[in-house]
Amino acid sequence: MNWLKQLLSRRQQYRELSEEIEAHLAEKVEELVADGMSWEEATQSARREFGNLGLIEENSREVWRWPSIEDFLLDLRYGLRTLRKNPLFTVVGLLTIAIGIGANAAVFSVVNSVLLKPLHYPKAEELVEVHQIAPGCAGLADFENGLLLSPSMYFTYAEQNRTFQSLGVWIPDTANVTGLAEPEQVHLVYVSDGVLQALGTPPEVGRWFSAAEQDPHGPERAVLSYGYWQRRFGGDRAVIGRNIMVDSKPREIVGVMPKGFRFVDADFDVVAPLAFDRSKVVLAGFGYRGIARLKPGATIAEANADITRMLPIWMDSWSNGPGQDSHIYEQWKITPMIRPLKQAVIGNVGELLWVVMGTIGLVMLVACANVANLMLVRVEARQQELAVRSALGAGWTRIVRVLLVESVMLGLMGGVIGVGLTYAGVRFLVLLGPANLPRLNEISIDARTLGFTLVLSVLSGLLFGLIPALKYAGPRTSLALRSVGRTISASRERHRVRNLLVVGQVAMALVLLVSAGLMIRTFEALRTVEPGFTDAQHLQLMRISIPDSLIREPERVTRTQNAILDKLAAIPGVKSAAFISEMQMEGFDSAWDEVYSEDKVYAENVIPPMRLYKYVSPGSLQTAGTRLIAGREITWTEVYGRRPVVLVSENLARELWGEPSAAIGKHVREFQNLPWNEVIGVVEDVHDKGVQEKAPEIVYWPPLLQGPFVPVTRTVTFVMRSDRAGTESFLNEVRQAVWSVNSNLPLASVRTMQEVYGKSLARTSFTLVMLGIAGAMALALGIIGIYGVMSYTVSQRKREIGIRLALGAQDGHVLQMVLRQGTKLALLGVTIGIAAAFGLSRLMANLLYGVTAHDPLTFLAVAALLILVALLACYIPARRATSVDPMVALRYE
Amino acid sequence: MKKAAQRDLFPGALEMMILRMLKRQPMHGYALVQHIKRTSQDLLQVEEGSLYPALQRLLKEEFVKAEWGVSSTNRRVRIYKLTAAGAKHLEREVSSFEQMLDGITRVLAPGESS
Repeated sequence: MNWLKQLLSRRQQYRELSEEIEAHLAEKVEELVADGMSWEEATQSARREFGNLGLIEENSREVWRWPSIEDFLLDLRYGLRTLRKNPLFTVVGLLTIAIGIGANAAVFSVVNSVLLKPLHYPKAEELVEVHQIAPGCAGLADFENGLLLSPSMYFTYAEQNRTFQSLGVWIPDTANVTGLAEPEQVHLVYVSDGVLQALGTPPEVGRWFSAAEQDPHGPERAVLSYGYWQRRFGGDRAVIGRNIMVDSKPREIVGVMPKGFRFVDADFDVVAPLAFDRSKVVLAGFGYRGIARLKPGATIAEANADITRMLPIWMDSWSNGPGQDSHIYEQWKITPMIRPLKQAVIGNVGELLWVVMGTIGLVMLVACANVANLMLVRVEARQQELAVRSALGAGWTRIVRVLLVESVMLGLMGGVIGVGLTYAGVRFLVLLGPANLPRLNEISIDARTLGFTLVLSVLSGLLFGLIPALKYAGPRTSLALRSVGRTISASRERHRVRNLLVVGQVAMALVLLVSAGLMIRTFEALRTVEPGFTDAQHLQLMRISIPDSLIREPERVTRTQNAILDKLAAIPGVKSAAFISEMQMEGFDSAWDEVYSEDKVYAENVIPPMRLYKYVSPGSLQTAGTRLIAGREITWTEVYGRRPVVLVSENLARELWGEPSAAIGKHVREFQNLPWNEVIGVVEDVHDKGVQEKAPEIVYWPPLLQGPFVPVTRTVTFVMRSDRAGTESFLNEVRQAVWSVNSNLPLASVRTMQEVYGKSLARTSFTLVMLGIAGAMALALGIIGIYGVMSYTVSQRKREIGIRLALGAQDGHVLQMVLRQGTKLALLGVTIGIAAAFGLSRLMANLLYGVTAHDPLTFLAVAALLILVALLACYIPARRATSVDPMVALRYE
Repeated sequence: MKKAAQRDLFPGALEMMILRMLKRQPMHGYALVQHIKRTSQDLLQVEEGSLYPALQRLLKEEFVKAEWGVSSTNRRVRIYKLTAAGAKHLEREVSSFEQMLDGITRVLAPGESS
């Protein structure tokens, strides 16, 4: 604490020093007087011999100080004072920086929370998704999830692997919970042994499932999510051991998972064991998502090799039934593509967020350029002050420091305001963000975001401070002293930096506007895609599931669904009602299987391409507004008569028979030994996975089937066309209608088709809005930049213009002169911007649809817009130039 | 280090001499100057004032202590005293200075650099 003592005793030290020096001089004088000198002479002589009193005292004091820090404080105080003295400059600069930093920090907090932070599991870096692809299986290429795992694969991988600590499979589902309050459809996750062990998050209350509870004949168990536990049981810890009725079957609650726990990307209410019956497991059944925890030190490449090794073992160990060739799957060329679990969670949103981050970063650069321009003007006005400083002995580093301290201070103050804006910005982003944005609930402003803001503030302060500092603090400063007098006009050189900044701004604004333009074009292109339904906001959807514990007999299920339809159709304002296994873009896991056509010859042991299966009630196409290209829909008579009829999509009809109309009367079947089904209709192509995805080939089956696998479709989306869709009164009547048929049926996913459609476009519209905001900000800043520079130039050239006018120059000429200068800058910026955009827009190629990254129309339109705006920004200062009164200008000092 | 050059022969020389003087007996600033001048028989031109920054530095490093007292001429003065650390520092400085001087003398000595 020595330094502290010194600091506190400093005043005392100084006083003593002065006293001591005085005493020294007095003693000297006395001695000289004693030697015979006059008092005056003695005083002079003593002083002379002592040396420069002020300097010596200063030097002596300095011993006790930290010169660098104290000078810095001085600079700080000086900086604050200059900022206060120029309120307009300070406010404009601060706002520009604050908005820039706020926007950047907000986007960064999303990037940080979604992309950078590890997942909420212990040692999350060891977690992987067991992802596989099957390039040899046509049709599967459309699967977003690649080739999922079958139960037999799970058994083989879990038991034979050498690289995993634990491995399991899981599948999200829905189930009806009854007996608590109103019947409710909940999100259920079925897990095999190994899933909870791999994720490793300990339960909040109770325990995980034990391996023994995966017994298909054992007692049924359940684990609850924290949210469901709070919502339905009020967080009562005594819930362990109680029963919950899931799909009308009692399950004993054994545990509750902690708050914030999710299954990869899925929210859930209840977890239940998968409980595979080993004796019934076959090779097929690729419907489960694999998750695993790598052994410490094991790499993904090793894990992939491990799976590759186990695939033949899998084919040898299981079969699809007697007489079936197990090695038929070699054609599928199944390849493991294990990926970090985080990647599985984030999905394709990473690219989108980085593009947004990049564009917002560009906006920050534009903002910095603007502030740098402001600073240049300021520093120019202060040139004399700086020159005096350097003449008085300030080194150029000292002057740079004065300027940098000021700009960094501006940056930091902007940062502080920016943090406030960040909070608002994050709210806005979460609100705006695609509803399916992964980890949306984890977005928050944490220390890393604040650190980022701080670094950004300082860096931007340095950036816009360094430009004027380097320009004016150089050794040539002394010249400035001489130019105090009047000059005719500013030299070209003086404007070069400022012009460069404007050119850069225009170029960056162009890049941003081009990317925004490309998104607009993408959005437009998506809107013109026929989605396979009409008038979406008058299409009411809801999901209803009838578990077999409630109604066992298949035909009764369909009759119940039919009865619900009749009740729904009777509601006032309902034009028609129907159901379908899932509406397009709803995002439910759909069924895929192969289809054989009667008039095709299939090679032995070749699996034909996979097709999307949908199950439709009569009238469902007409209700949704999906066009029939040929033929007709299924009738109720055919449904209850279990007539083998089927509809196919247009692209499937073309693929199999060349012409949609040729499909009518042809026959297809699911498996070799099943009956043939007659094609009675051809349906327009439907973009089932979202408008930007390719329309898959679809087979539409009746809801009640003869086949051995799925005799009836138990979970369906009811579709109603009504002008009252979405209103509360309407939904009440819908609920009453459903419950009048069976009061145990919960309604889930109640929404209009418009919401589903909007959600599928959310990624694009989010990008569009973000890039639009960035583009607009850059444009606004760019205009201010050009306007500022041109105004300043004109004010600097007032005298020159005055002389020109006095010598007879016409208004038009002066106008042209100024405009020409502005246009030159804008053109240069646009040219550079086009080159840069040409290179950069490729980065967002994956976000585009129906437009290339080098769309000439967008480039031209944006360039034209920018030039036009730039001209406008120049016009006002140019106008002002022509109104210069020669007399005033010449007299102007 | 520009200031040191103006102040003194070489950096640290003045401090060394001050410490040496104080080793003999504690004294105040004015007396120190007189002593240095007298002892060096005016060969060294020491600007009187330059003593004070040097004293402040020694104070800060705690090589000397200062106390207010009364001089022989009955004047209130600050009397400086060598501390233990100062004595040690002086020893080190003197020995390193002697080495340097020895080296310089050898180099400058005529005829021995064959």
